[in-house]
Amino acid sequence: MSGAPQLTTAARDPASVLFSDVRALDPRAGIQARCDLLVSHGEIAAIGEPGTISPGEDAELIDGRGELQLFPAFFDPHVHLRVPGQEHKEDLETGTRAAAAGGFCAVIAMPNTDPPIDSAPILRSLHELAAQEARVAVGFLPAISKGLRGAELTEMVELRAAGALGFSDDGRPVADAGLLRDAMRYQRLAGGVLALHEEELSLAAGGVMREGPTAARLGLRGIPALAEATMVARDAALALAEDARVHFQHLSCEGSLAALAAHKSIGAQLSAEVTPHHLLLCDEDLLGLETALKVNPPLASAADRSALRSALREGLIDCIATDHAPHAREEKEVPIEQAPFGSTGLETAFAALYSELVLPGELALSRLIEALTAGAELFGLPVPTIARGAPANLALVDLQAHWVAGEQGWESRAANCCLAGRPLRGRVLMTLAGGTVAYRERSFAMVAL
Amino acid sequence: MRHLLSMDALERAQIERLLERAESFEQLAQRPVKKVPALRGKTVLNLFFEPSTRTRASFELAAKRLSADVINFSAAGSSLEKGESLKDTILTLNAQQPDVIVVRSPHVGAAELVRSWTSAAVVNAGDGTHEHPTQALLDLYTLRRCFGHVEGLSVWIVGDVAHSRVARSNIIALQKLGASVTLCGPPTLIPPGIEALGATVRYSLDDLHQADVIYALRLQRERIDQLPLPSLREYAACFQIDERRLGSRQVVLHPGPVNRGVELSSAVIDSPQSRIGAQVQAGILVRMAVLYELLAPAPAPQQANVREIA
Repeated sequence: MSGAPQLTTAARDPASVLFSDVRALDPRAGIQARCDLLVSHGEIAAIGEPGTISPGEDAELIDGRGELQLFPAFFDPHVHLRVPGQEHKEDLETGTRAAAAGGFCAVIAMPNTDPPIDSAPILRSLHELAAQEARVAVGFLPAISKGLRGAELTEMVELRAAGALGFSDDGRPVADAGLLRDAMRYQRLAGGVLALHEEELSLAAGGVMREGPTAARLGLRGIPALAEATMVARDAALALAEDARVHFQHLSCEGSLAALAAHKSIGAQLSAEVTPHHLLLCDEDLLGLETALKVNPPLASAADRSALRSALREGLIDCIATDHAPHAREEKEVPIEQAPFGSTGLETAFAALYSELVLPGELALSRLIEALTAGAELFGLPVPTIARGAPANLALVDLQAHWVAGEQGWESRAANCCLAGRPLRGRVLMTLAGGTVAYRERSFAMVAL
Repeated sequence: MRHLLSMDALERAQIERLLERAESFEQLAQRPVKKVPALRGKTVLNLFFEPSTRTRASFELAAKRLSADVINFSAAGSSLEKGESLKDTILTLNAQQPDVIVVRSPHVGAAELVRSWTSAAVVNAGDGTHEHPTQALLDLYTLRRCFGHVEGLSVWIVGDVAHSRVARSNIIALQKLGASVTLCGPPTLIPPGIEALGATVRYSLDDLHQADVIYALRLQRERIDQLPLPSLREYAACFQIDERRLGSRQVVLHPGPVNRGVELSSAVIDSPQSRIGAQVQAGILVRMAVLYELLAPAPAPQQANVREIA
C-alpha cells in the first residue's frame, strides 16, 4: 500500500495528437495564446507558434483554424457514481464517460452508496473496478462515519493507505459536533481533507426546496438557508480551533459565505465549492414543480445566487463542483415531495457556465477555467495544466457551437439534468485525460476521421 | 379551459364566467328532478388518493346531475398499495378513456403530473398543501351570493395557513376578483415569504373588526403533536372565532370539516352569520360549472343556457 492519495483509471493507449493553430488558455500556467500543441504518447511534448510544429509520423492532426480552444481538462471534486449498489442510476463507466464528455479528466466520487464506502476492502475493490472501467481518473472520499450513521469514525488510517483522498459523509451532515471534532483531531494522524455537507437537520428535515416566497406559494415545506449557514459557522469554528483542513461542499447561501470568510480571515484552513446549478438557477425556477430541479442543498434565492457568483469571482469560493447526482427516470417521475434530491451536471457544467456567466460578462473565462480545475489542488493532487512534459489533460472546446442540453441524449445513464432543454454555447469536442483520448464529440469524431 | 389545476391559470373573466354558469345551475337544484343531459355519455373518473367524503361526494353529485357516468377510484385497496407507481396507475386508467379525471392527492403537483400522463381533462381536487381551486371557486360563489360582489371585500383567512391548500387557492382567487386578503395565525403556521402573494400578514386577531369576511381554516388537531404549537388550548385562546370576537356584520366561512370549539366556537358555527352550509351547496353548483366548462361541446357562452338544454 503506497499510502499516496490515489486516482485510478483504466489503462488505454496513450494518445499522439497535434493540435494545430488552437487558442490555448491556462490562467494558472500563464498561457493565453494561439499555438500548436503536440501530444506525443500521452504527454505534452511541444508547444510552439502556429505552424511551427509538424505532427510527426503517428500523431493525429487536429486543425483548430485559430478558433478552437484548448483548456487544461477540468477536475470535479464532487460526483456521485452510485457504485456499489445503485448501478441502475450510474456506474463507473457511464459516469466517467459523462465526465469526459464535459471536458473533465478526473472526478472524486462520494461514499453515499449502498453499502457506503466506509472500509478499505470496499475502497480497494472500487479502485480495481475503476482500473477496468473508468474513462477518466476517479478518486474517492470514503465516509467520515461508519455506515454514514454519524456515530463512529471509519478506519481512516487504513482508508488513507488504500488511497482515500479525504473523507465525507456527503448526502448527510455530521450532525454530532463531538464526532466531527474527533474526526478533525484524528486528521493529524490520518491526513486527508474533511469535506462537509452542511445541513442542520432540525431546520431542514422534511423540506423540499428553499424556504421563501416560492415555497410558500407552492405549499412545499421550506429548507431555510440557515440550515446550511448555522452548520458552516459551527464547523468553521471547530476547524479553526482544531487547525483542521476542511472543505465545504456545495455552498448555497450568503450566510455560509459570511461564516467562511470570517473564519478564513483569522486563519482557519477552509476551502469551498459551488455547483453550476446554484450559480445559474434559483428557487423561483421551481414554480413548474420539475423534479429535476429538486437538489440538496436546494436552489437558493436570487439574492443568494448573486452572492455565490461574487464569491466565485473574488476567490472566496475556490472551485466549481457539479455534485453530479444521477437518478433513474422512474425515481424522478413522481410528485416532487417524493422525488430524490439531485441533478446530473457533468455534461453541461462548462457550457452552461460559459453561456450564462462568461458570455454576459459576469465571469471572466480565465476565472472559470481556474475554478473548474482548482479542485485537484484542494485534495492534494496535481492540477491539470498546459505545460511541456505534463501528462495530456486537455479539453478541446468550440466556443462558437450552439447546442441544446440533452437534445441528443446523455452519456450518463441518467437524464435528470436540471439544465436539460437549455440552449447552450460552447461544446467540448474532445477530452484527453491522463494522456488518453477519453472523449470525442460525435460529429467532431467524423470530421476528425 | 382545458384543465383546472391552479387558480393561477384562470383569468378574472374566466372565473366570473364559471360563477355565472354555476348560478345558472342553481334553479335546477330546486326542481324535483335535479338532472340535465348535458354530459350524457361522458365519463368522469374520481381519483382520490386521500380520504375525502365531501369533496368526492360533491364532484360525484355534480357529474351525475349533468348525466355523466362516474367511476370512483380510491387509493385504499388499489394497485398503488401493491407498489404501482402513480404514472402507471394513470396510464392504466387513461386506457379506459375517461373524459375528466378529478384527482385528489396528498402530494403537491400531483394533478399537474396526472395531466402530463393522460389525454383527459384534469381537475385538481386538492394536491397536498398546494391548491384546491374548486374550493376557492365555491367560496367566491358563496361570497357573491352573500354580498353581491367580491370586489372591495376584506377577507381574513385565519389559522394554519402553512398546511392549507384552501388558503393558497383563495389568496390568489380572492385578489383576482378584487378582494383584499389578510392572513392571520400563529407565526409558526404562516410560511415565511407568503406576503409576496399580495396578502397582509397578522399574528393576532386584534384588528379582526376590519374584516368583512372571516375565513377560518381547519386546524389538523389529529396531528397537533406534529404542529409547531404549544397546545390546542393556547391555539383556541388566541385564534378561535367566537361570539365575543365576531362582529355583527361579519360573515364566517370554513372549508370543513369543522373542529367545534377549536377554530370556531359552537355558537358561531350555528349562528346565521356562518355560511358553511351555503358553501356546501355552492360546491355542487361550481363543480357542475367546471365539468360543464371542460366537457360541453363547443360552448359558445350565450347558447349554453340550462333552460334550453333542459
